[in-house]
Amino acid sequence: MADELQAELGVPTLEMRGISKTFPGVKALNGVELKAWRGQVLSLMGENGAGKSTLMKILSGAYQADAGGEILIDGQRIHIDGPISAKAHGIAIIYQELSLAPNLTVAENIFMGRELSKSLFVDRAGMIEACRDVLKRLGTTFGPETPVSVLSIAERQLVEIARAVQSGAKIIVMDEPTTALSSRETEGLFAIIRQLRQDGIAIIYISHRMDEIYELSDRVSVLRDGSYVGTLEKGEIDAPTLVRMMVGRELSSFYTKDHDPDGTRGPVVLEVEGITDGGRRVHPSSFKLHAGEVLGLAGLVGSGRTELARLIYGVDQRAGGKIVLDGKPAPMSDPKASLDAGLAYLTEDRKGQGLFLDMSVRDNVNLGVIDRDAHGPGFLNLTSARKRAIQAILGLRIRVASAAVNVGALSGGNQQKVLLSRWLETNPKVLILDEPTRGVDIGAKSEIYKIIDDLAKRGLGVLVISSELPEIIGICDRVLVMREGRIEGEVGGATGRAITQENIMAFATGIAA
Amino acid sequence: MSEQETAAKTADRERLQLQGGTSSRSAQLRSLIQALGMLPVLILICIGFEYMTGRFISSRNIPIVLQQASINIVLATGMTFVILTGGIDLAVGAVLAVSAVTAVAMSLSSLSILAIPLALLVGLLFGCINGALVAFLRLPPFIVTLGAMTAVRGVARLVGQDTTVFNPSLPFAWIGNAKLLGVPWLIIIALIVVLISWVILRRTVLGVRIYAVGGNPDAARLSGIKIWAVLLFVYATSGLLAGLGGVMSAARTYSANGAQLGLAYELDAIAAVILGGTSFVGGIGTIMGTLIGALIIAVLSNGLILMQVSEIWQFIIKGLVIIIAVTLDRYRNKGAART
Repeated sequence: MADELQAELGVPTLEMRGISKTFPGVKALNGVELKAWRGQVLSLMGENGAGKSTLMKILSGAYQADAGGEILIDGQRIHIDGPISAKAHGIAIIYQELSLAPNLTVAENIFMGRELSKSLFVDRAGMIEACRDVLKRLGTTFGPETPVSVLSIAERQLVEIARAVQSGAKIIVMDEPTTALSSRETEGLFAIIRQLRQDGIAIIYISHRMDEIYELSDRVSVLRDGSYVGTLEKGEIDAPTLVRMMVGRELSSFYTKDHDPDGTRGPVVLEVEGITDGGRRVHPSSFKLHAGEVLGLAGLVGSGRTELARLIYGVDQRAGGKIVLDGKPAPMSDPKASLDAGLAYLTEDRKGQGLFLDMSVRDNVNLGVIDRDAHGPGFLNLTSARKRAIQAILGLRIRVASAAVNVGALSGGNQQKVLLSRWLETNPKVLILDEPTRGVDIGAKSEIYKIIDDLAKRGLGVLVISSELPEIIGICDRVLVMREGRIEGEVGGATGRAITQENIMAFATGIAA
Repeated sequence: MSEQETAAKTADRERLQLQGGTSSRSAQLRSLIQALGMLPVLILICIGFEYMTGRFISSRNIPIVLQQASINIVLATGMTFVILTGGIDLAVGAVLAVSAVTAVAMSLSSLSILAIPLALLVGLLFGCINGALVAFLRLPPFIVTLGAMTAVRGVARLVGQDTTVFNPSLPFAWIGNAKLLGVPWLIIIALIVVLISWVILRRTVLGVRIYAVGGNPDAARLSGIKIWAVLLFVYATSGLLAGLGGVMSAARTYSANGAQLGLAYELDAIAAVILGGTSFVGGIGTIMGTLIGALIIAVLSNGLILMQVSEIWQFIIKGLVIIIAVTLDRYRNKGAART
């Protein structure tokens, strides 16, 4: 098949042959192959830690491959010894963490490092003009002189893409570009990716989201544990095959919903009434959460889900409303009070607001409870801290050599489990999980669903915020849908409306109203 | 953290999961290397001076070096707390001066018994003011303490009526000149400060919270940590220890001058902390590192004097050594992080 393809498409625009990369003690990549053609989208899949990012870092010149591998562009063997030579060969990478200077304008960012000049002076007019052309091609709503600081994440991504296009890139790598985008923004991005494909650019697309892979890919290559597993052509791409290639086994059931099998629920454990921040992001919102229930909170990005959760948890200032937790009115004026009352909140921003990357797994697990466990006047209880950490590692199957390892060295899924165990150690009655599987590989995702199910079985009330509808549908008993800062509707439970993509989207987009 | 490391580790981690074994042993070795930090540099410099002067390592000289280092050790310890939260305290030199002047002036009054408590209290007070401005008004620490450095210097001159206050029969002169079992009190005080600080940072809830606030303030807040309390504590501690430094300094010389005492001490303290491997952005660092950093600075001063290097060249060499040492440290840590 691949040979036929080669015959049909000609020489690959990019070919990586036998790429290996050894870090002290460990082989991160072992003889990996990759072929990408202009005018095609090649998706690259694999669990976190499979080696996708390492491979892309070799392509971008951030790492050097071990001797023996080859990189060819248009059949010519090239040598990439750093980011500058990668750029010179027409390779551009759009990273997960965007690399723009927010204080500069769009044009200044696009030309950063290759500013046009007229004799000694910066040619501002020329840069703005050239920039305007590119932005027009991409169909953006902002102009070259807009400061990047006012742009949304989706728009900033477009700036990155514009920078790549403007620099004449032939090969554009996108590393999980939709993680922070709403579904409408994602649609916009896909339109641009198709445009780039038409313009004859080779696109390498990394994502964990199966639906995106279907929608965009011409071919999918899969890596596992640093090795190349294989490539599926357009007609062959289907989820079970991909999952099997990625994890090396069948996932018996991806979602778990074993709790509450006969539809009975426990008593109301959390009652939120008219909570609001004064109408800036969240209008007065009310709902009830039962013990042993997994309640979904769906809605488009920006619909106020995270903001609502932060109001409940007491991170942001409330302008009104009240909260009853386990039958008792709870002031929950700050996170400390919420934790003491039995409410914990897992942030959507794991690295930014959740973990202490330079601290050990042990400290990260124990941070919510170190004062409860303390001896006398605030001395650490090292025994219980170690015990809690080991329990968390074993209980949630966190893959780490010891509790003393810094959390920053773990993969996304394991980091998420560490963060989750911090909140579980506080022994909450109610747990709010904000995007619990964002940036987590497929195997770990399935494990997290299992954990959520277990929590509900143990009688916790769980509120799950998620932008991935299949996830909401797969694990929730009932779903609240937010739109423009209000709870617009409810599906599942006693509503008579089934939990389906259509019913949720109808509320999320306001069609149902 | 980058995926390369996880990639590199996932495979063997699965094999080694929780067996400890070799993996934790290599982790121990790595943390030992990291814990040693600048110690090899300190030892090398000591050996170098001994080789060049032949009288650096002697029972007469070593206590002198330690005594000279003692005040900077105390200041740098307070500075470590502050820098661990991602802040900075530029006011310690000035606070030291005002405390020293207060202590000597008070010792001349009828309430001389209150000289030391009052001096410490003055340091604590200025530390609390800095901390309150940083914690409650959320002002940048650099700006707050830059202002405090100037203003407190003025207060120091005010308290001493802009002269050198002098008390030939200073009641607490023993602190600066006496010994306990042959060890100068200045050294004992500095080591006690180091020890208490080590306990606070390593063995208390507060210590973990200081690292947490410095490492990720947003996450600290979501974890129920009262950030204002942590910030107030670190600046108050820095102020208190600067006050203690003032007492030590006054005790040594029986006098204090508000305009001159403690000038640029904050820079030596910061240099010691940074030499000790503490990260300027917060969240990473140790008290033992700071101790070694402060000793490196003291050893350099002493050794260069022994070698009769002119004062001008002492400045130049000290500055270069600090930059080179930190450069080496960067490379060493980079290598460690890769493995």
